[in-house]
Amino acid sequence: MNTERQKLNRELAQMLKGGVIMDVTTPEQARIAEAAGACAVMALERIPADIRAAGGVSRMSDPKMIKGIQEAVTIPVMAKCRIGHIAEAQILQAIEIDYIDESEVLSPADNIYHIDKTQFDVPFVCGAKNLGEALRRIAEGATMIRTKGEPGTGDVVQAVSHMRLMQSEIRRLISMSEDELFEAAKQLQAPYELVHYVHENGKLPVVNFAAGGVATPADAALMMQLGAEGVFVGSGIFKSGNPAKRAAAIVKAVTNYQDAKMLAQLSEDLGEAMVGINEQEIELLMAQRGQ
Amino acid sequence: MRIAVFALQGAFVEHEHMLQQLGADTFQVRQAADWNQHKDGIILPGGESTVQSKLLQELGLFEPLRQAISEGLPVFGTCAGLILLSPSHLGTMDIEVRRNAYGRQLGSFHTNASVSHVGTDIPMTFIRAPYIEKVTSPDCEVLSEVDGHIVAARQGNQLVTAFHPELDNDLRIHEFFLSIARK
Repeated sequence: MNTERQKLNRELAQMLKGGVIMDVTTPEQARIAEAAGACAVMALERIPADIRAAGGVSRMSDPKMIKGIQEAVTIPVMAKCRIGHIAEAQILQAIEIDYIDESEVLSPADNIYHIDKTQFDVPFVCGAKNLGEALRRIAEGATMIRTKGEPGTGDVVQAVSHMRLMQSEIRRLISMSEDELFEAAKQLQAPYELVHYVHENGKLPVVNFAAGGVATPADAALMMQLGAEGVFVGSGIFKSGNPAKRAAAIVKAVTNYQDAKMLAQLSEDLGEAMVGINEQEIELLMAQRGQ
Repeated sequence: MRIAVFALQGAFVEHEHMLQQLGADTFQVRQAADWNQHKDGIILPGGESTVQSKLLQELGLFEPLRQAISEGLPVFGTCAGLILLSPSHLGTMDIEVRRNAYGRQLGSFHTNASVSHVGTDIPMTFIRAPYIEKVTSPDCEVLSEVDGHIVAARQGNQLVTAFHPELDNDLRIHEFFLSIARK
């Protein structure tokens, strides 16, 4: 990937800022999401909560199903490939997906290596629990980062920890003197150039969204207040009682995340939220996949 | 000089940085309560036009915005902002627009071209961009074409670009907009 393509791919993520990216499994859900104000959709066969319930190996979705969603909406369409699964990523690129999520939600295909994303023209978003992970993914060519959170739980606690940790590590780099950055790069296990960028600019060189466990407008507003530039909502919408209304409320909550009065209105009468399970109750920690 | 930057969704911070470099003050419009402040111009930024249009409607900003533009308040729309000014949304500009005209993200590109009244060699970043198929009024002036497609136009106090000048380090288009707003 040349640097111009990389710049364009980072810039698409910039256009998604302040928006909500929603998991959808059918063209019908994609249309509901678009009408509710999603800035992009993530096409996948099963949402994370159902992946958890089903168990077994979870893979890239059927390209035909993804194409059905591409035809249903005009907003960008993303899709997931397994960590390290170069061929799945090539297939998604072949169907001209707008963004590939190299995702821990699916079963990893490689326990050591992530995809060399610099070899692709389509953009990649990757999950991270901390700054080191984020910078390693960016070095590999990711042009957008999201917190891992703990997908499919409806429990926001892990997304909060990951976002707080990343922000505090960024603040730590900002306050360092130049000669301390070499050691910081060593500790973060990240390239010095990227560490230096964060030190100088006080932010990641790519857009950073929240993901994993967001279920309510208040959750979305919380993540925005903690420094997220937008929000992914997976199971939280189509596992709830009234998906269209909840989706629209989360979209508005992201735009007006600092207005508690509006958030109060938006939180009214949304019906059942997804039931949710907390991290202690689950056996599979997806966030531990791919370091 | 004070510019209202619509901050419903998308790349609005980038516009604020450009305007601030040119010495203009900016404020963000996220809801109707933000609207009733003094402003010399408006920015409608890039992002997803479906999202921004829905939020304009539901947050009660659509009609005040349409009215202000009709009354001559200068506005600069980039990409999604261009789409919002077209007849399928605010309808204040006489243009026919084709959305996602260059296809999906693999069709996004960067080029340099001239813009009338602004200059030559202007960097232009197109991200899943629209273009203007045609202008439908003699009041609407075509400012730039790339590969035979209209990518910038002006109608009175309304300026639109299909590309994103806020993403490159060239202030000339924003400067041109401020010169419109100053009059």
